[in-house]
Amino acid sequence: MGVEVLSMSIDSMFVHKMWDDDELAKMVAGGVPFPMLSDAGGKVGKVYGVFDETAGVEARGRFIIDPDGVIQGFEVLTPPVGRNVNESIRQIQAFQLVRETKGAEATPSGWRPGKKTLKPGIELVGKVWQEWKTDMAFD
Amino acid sequence: MAEEAAVGCARPTGGPVGEDVTEVEASPKIIKEERTMVMVGQKAPDFVAPGYQQGKFINIKLSDYLGKWVVLCFYPGDFTFV
Repeated sequence: MGVEVLSMSIDSMFVHKMWDDDELAKMVAGGVPFPMLSDAGGKVGKVYGVFDETAGVEARGRFIIDPDGVIQGFEVLTPPVGRNVNESIRQIQAFQLVRETKGAEATPSGWRPGKKTLKPGIELVGKVWQEWKTDMAFD
Repeated sequence: MAEEAAVGCARPTGGPVGEDVTEVEASPKIIKEERTMVMVGQKAPDFVAPGYQQGKFINIKLSDYLGKWVVLCFYPGDFTFV
């Protein structure tokens, strides 16, 4: 897929190291491979709209950024609910397909690799019902 | 007496307590806070940040990743549960 992952929290890089050494390395052999970034004071989080001033921490924000530096999608969750990594991967695959086809193909609801794409154009107006069925929204 | 704190998924923080500190303003000042909300289809705000990766302390600039797909993930704090 060729995707670079960056994680960020308000913790210092020293705490990142301790967490990686003491706990994460027990989940992922050798520790997490990606950079764990420090956003002390939540300055970056504020700009991205994920810094909670009251709690002093950042929400679970996940931003998909394309090779031009453009945000293609984001999702923000409050702390007690974790993300769905498979869904993030699916979205990246969809955005990559759209980019590779220069927008000639679009991915309808429920798309995942191998499923039918749509080709937006005048011929498709009013004809989506022939190309896409509601059961295709589900896996 | 310290009381035992319930542990949740967000990192607990403290803050000033007691009477509000009111600043004496010498001259009226206009506080203008603009919340620039990020949007899909717009450029991701660039930043530099120190970090840790595979035994090394590093500095990262988001714009150095131009030409690559990036997933940027924020989370409440190290050693949180989820």
